[in-house]
Amino acid sequence: MSEAQRLHSVETKPFEQLVTDHGTMVLRICRVVLGPGPDAEDAWSETFLSALKAYPQLPAEANHEAWLATIARRKAIDVIRSRARTPVPAAVLPEAVSPHGNPGTGDSGLWHAVGLLPLRQREAIAYHYLAGFPYKEAAELTGSTPAAVRRAAADGVAKLRLIYQSPAAQGAVTP
Amino acid sequence: MTVQDPALASLAALDPALLDRLHRRLETAAAEAGSLDIAYTVTGTPVGELLLAATGRGLLRVAFEGEDHDAVLAALARSVSPRILRAPARLAGAVRQLEEYFAGARRSFDLPLDRRLSKGFRLSVLEHLPEIAYGRTESYAQVAAAVGSPKAVRAVGTACATNPLPVVVPCHRVLRSDGSYGGYLGGPAAKAYLLGLEAAA
Repeated sequence: MSEAQRLHSVETKPFEQLVTDHGTMVLRICRVVLGPGPDAEDAWSETFLSALKAYPQLPAEANHEAWLATIARRKAIDVIRSRARTPVPAAVLPEAVSPHGNPGTGDSGLWHAVGLLPLRQREAIAYHYLAGFPYKEAAELTGSTPAAVRRAAADGVAKLRLIYQSPAAQGAVTP
Repeated sequence: MTVQDPALASLAALDPALLDRLHRRLETAAAEAGSLDIAYTVTGTPVGELLLAATGRGLLRVAFEGEDHDAVLAALARSVSPRILRAPARLAGAVRQLEEYFAGARRSFDLPLDRRLSKGFRLSVLEHLPEIAYGRTESYAQVAAAVGSPKAVRAVGTACATNPLPVVVPCHRVLRSDGSYGGYLGGPAAKAYLLGLEAAA
């Protein structure tokens, strides 16, 4: 390898390039884990802000995609924990909006179904199917095993397909 | 099963406007946190698209299309900081003054400059250039004399050819002693355009 090639191979990219290359992947993860609302947007913002701060210390040859996906998982878990901490006692339970949408047809029904999946299945779908990490890497990123991720992803998707392909979801009317 | 599955495809679908909005939010949050070392934008001008990059101290770099904007940003990531975002807010003043300049309504730039990319003799040459009045020119030899090194004519040429802040720091006002244009970062047509603009105003 020539000196020029060696320098090029370890060159630190401008951070903007990471946002361009991986912003969509991180947002898909946040939306499936947290629902397609403000929580996902907060987690995306926290992920990239925290990555920007730490970026100069990251080795140039690091895998940016896996690094960002790891930060995204930590930020999503922070959001889930802060949701769990916020409940306050009340005589009458207020109406709450599900961050994952409402039951029913079409996309909002699909997002509602995602919200009913256990966290492990949401993570498996997010990291394997949507972000495209192989089972082994998705397992490393989410603190699981490849076999468990494979099963969680398959179980989760099977439930979603049931919802998405049901007559109601397709808008069909039974005579 | 792949993302072509209709349910998964539906979960993967994103509104591009949402990513734009999140990008703007990141620009603001990064600047407020003091983590935005270099902000940049690209602005259209009669001499092509100019890349403008600024640190918190001031305008750091102006680059012509011919310099390859991606290569310029990669060099800044290496030499200054990789904490770089497309964040137009910090460049709003520079964009406005360039628009006024190209409209013939501005004769000098009043912008904070970050001079860290220039050192030593080259820096003293570049610091002299704004003293050449709008619409006037000097020869490389005159500039060399003005900075106290009358024999360093070639070095003045090098300083102009590596000016990190072209247009704003007017290296286009330096010509060969015979009146021919000499080299220019933005190409001879850009140099001719700028001199024509200033002569007409």
